[in-house]
Amino acid sequence: MLPQSKTVPVMLGLGALVLAALPLFVPGYYVELGSYAFIAAMLALSLQLLVGCTGLVSLGHAAFYGLAAYTVYLVTGNGAGRSIFVTLPAAVAVAALAALLVGSLSLRTRGFFFLMVTLAFGQMVFFLFHDTKLGGGTDGAFLARPVLSIFDWQLPLTRRQRPIAVYYVALALLVAMYLGLVVLMRSMFGRVLEGIRVNEHRMSALGFNTYRYKLAAFVIAGALAGVAGHMWAMHRGFVNPELIGWHRSAEALLMILLGGLTTLHGPIIGALAYTGLGEVAQLITERKLLVEGLVILFVVLVLPKGLSGISLPRRSRKPAPKTPPVGAAEARPHG
Amino acid sequence: MALSGFLAQLLNGVQYGLLLFLIASGLTLIFGVMGIINLAHGSMFMIGAYVAFLVARHWGSMWLALPAALAGGIVLGLLLERFLFRYFYKREHLDQVLLTFALILLFEETRALIVGNDFHSVAVPALFDFSVPITAGFSYSAYRFAVIGICLALAALLFFWIERTKMGAIIRAAAEKPEMVDVLGIDARRVHMTVFAIGTALALIAGVLAAPLYSVYPNMGDGFLIICFVVVVIGGQGSVSGAFWSALIIGLVDTLGKAYAPKVAGLAVYVLMAAVLLWRPSGLFGQQRT
Repeated sequence: MLPQSKTVPVMLGLGALVLAALPLFVPGYYVELGSYAFIAAMLALSLQLLVGCTGLVSLGHAAFYGLAAYTVYLVTGNGAGRSIFVTLPAAVAVAALAALLVGSLSLRTRGFFFLMVTLAFGQMVFFLFHDTKLGGGTDGAFLARPVLSIFDWQLPLTRRQRPIAVYYVALALLVAMYLGLVVLMRSMFGRVLEGIRVNEHRMSALGFNTYRYKLAAFVIAGALAGVAGHMWAMHRGFVNPELIGWHRSAEALLMILLGGLTTLHGPIIGALAYTGLGEVAQLITERKLLVEGLVILFVVLVLPKGLSGISLPRRSRKPAPKTPPVGAAEARPHG
Repeated sequence: MALSGFLAQLLNGVQYGLLLFLIASGLTLIFGVMGIINLAHGSMFMIGAYVAFLVARHWGSMWLALPAALAGGIVLGLLLERFLFRYFYKREHLDQVLLTFALILLFEETRALIVGNDFHSVAVPALFDFSVPITAGFSYSAYRFAVIGICLALAALLFFWIERTKMGAIIRAAAEKPEMVDVLGIDARRVHMTVFAIGTALALIAGVLAAPLYSVYPNMGDGFLIICFVVVVIGGQGSVSGAFWSALIIGLVDTLGKAYAPKVAGLAVYVLMAAVLLWRPSGLFGQQRT
């Protein structure tokens, strides 16, 4: 899960620098596309904590993303934009709370049943916004974008500068999220999650309450998806039920598979590649979903280890450590 | 008057539940025997509904669609198993999920290429286009009665097949202990192909029967698929009889909820699922596992 060599962090750092310099050179359209790609990367990265790190395949992750975006709408409505220091914590809190509810129920099941239950609860949230007037119904609603302000001081931005500011906020949050997850996976908590992925029975035999660990991971992943959802609302200034639909959850899974299941940077690469691919596909054909379907088939049939699996062929899919994960021994209750 | 209205909703609920059972039973069987989750199962239902629409448009009546769905479903199931799913039984869950998700997209795009993205209604077959008087003030659609009858007949055949035939015994064994089937020298591939063909055919037939009731529209499979997941979760792992009872419960809860408490009805089945998960996480009719 963590980079094993020095090359990966160096490449990632260089990549982030290039992306940070990009708005100076490219037209506005690509700046907005970049923001969108970062938001997609955050969603995929948050899901990776469940899928790649803990081995839980959830198909309802977009629910937390969409809920956070709708929270921005419900907090601000059509009035003046509220400060990001109000909207972001509110969105994340709602997403985390929803993840706590959904997670505590769905984690009572395993494997494909977990997947079906997360999907069903995700659709429940979808119908909540689709069928009621809570957030504009089927058509969705426009909202006042959160603004970069603190107390009474607001960052002065022209209309042209706004998307660039959103770009940098999204990039900064993405980098922070990646670094935070690297630290998390290095910690005792992360080791336990990895242990659960490799062999959950062993972890519970070692005395860990695996349900609580999985629930904590589920809530953190939901909260981070909330960050992505908040940034979507700030980026587009618009919410609709499609944000919650399970197609978006499946797309996030696709980004993870495209980038690589075994690394934390995989989902980021996957999201950037997938967004770029979508742009290219739009030039060729109107049938975006057809292209998406064929891409998934190609990846699943030909590239099961994802894009980062090409460059690093010697990394095996399941590291399967011979010894229990580091730190597990110390945590064992003294008997 | 209120009573006859309730009776009508009750029958609607039973009919909806039985239709759900046709879809959910294939999902459960494929999941139980092969250990694979087929998200594209909803697309099979969608294909069945569009077959009914196309047949009705060309020949004026949709009856031909039933044998066509049966034969087409068996062929489609065999092809999918033989050339695609067979290679995915041992793959990671994520791969299986995305493979079947890709199939949904491809089936839906093919549907859009052939018939476009409009809503279409399908006429009820002339033979059943009347109402059956039950009491003085209440009569009920003959077509819905016919759907209930066909679904019950298919369910009976399915139970007979699973409980009374040799193939059924193998399927029950495979759902419980897959390695035993290999040990006993049974050709597992033949079992897999049969289960896949039957499950797919049932979903197509459900689609044909549903077409006049719900009309046909893009992505119609998604909604039914997700409700069928709820059915499978409530029914319990790999249990076809569990799927039967839980499909009826879901059908009644959803239909009666929509009739008497329309504001919260959309959420009712999910609340029911949450309650079952709290109370018996392995389903109402599944084996309790610790």
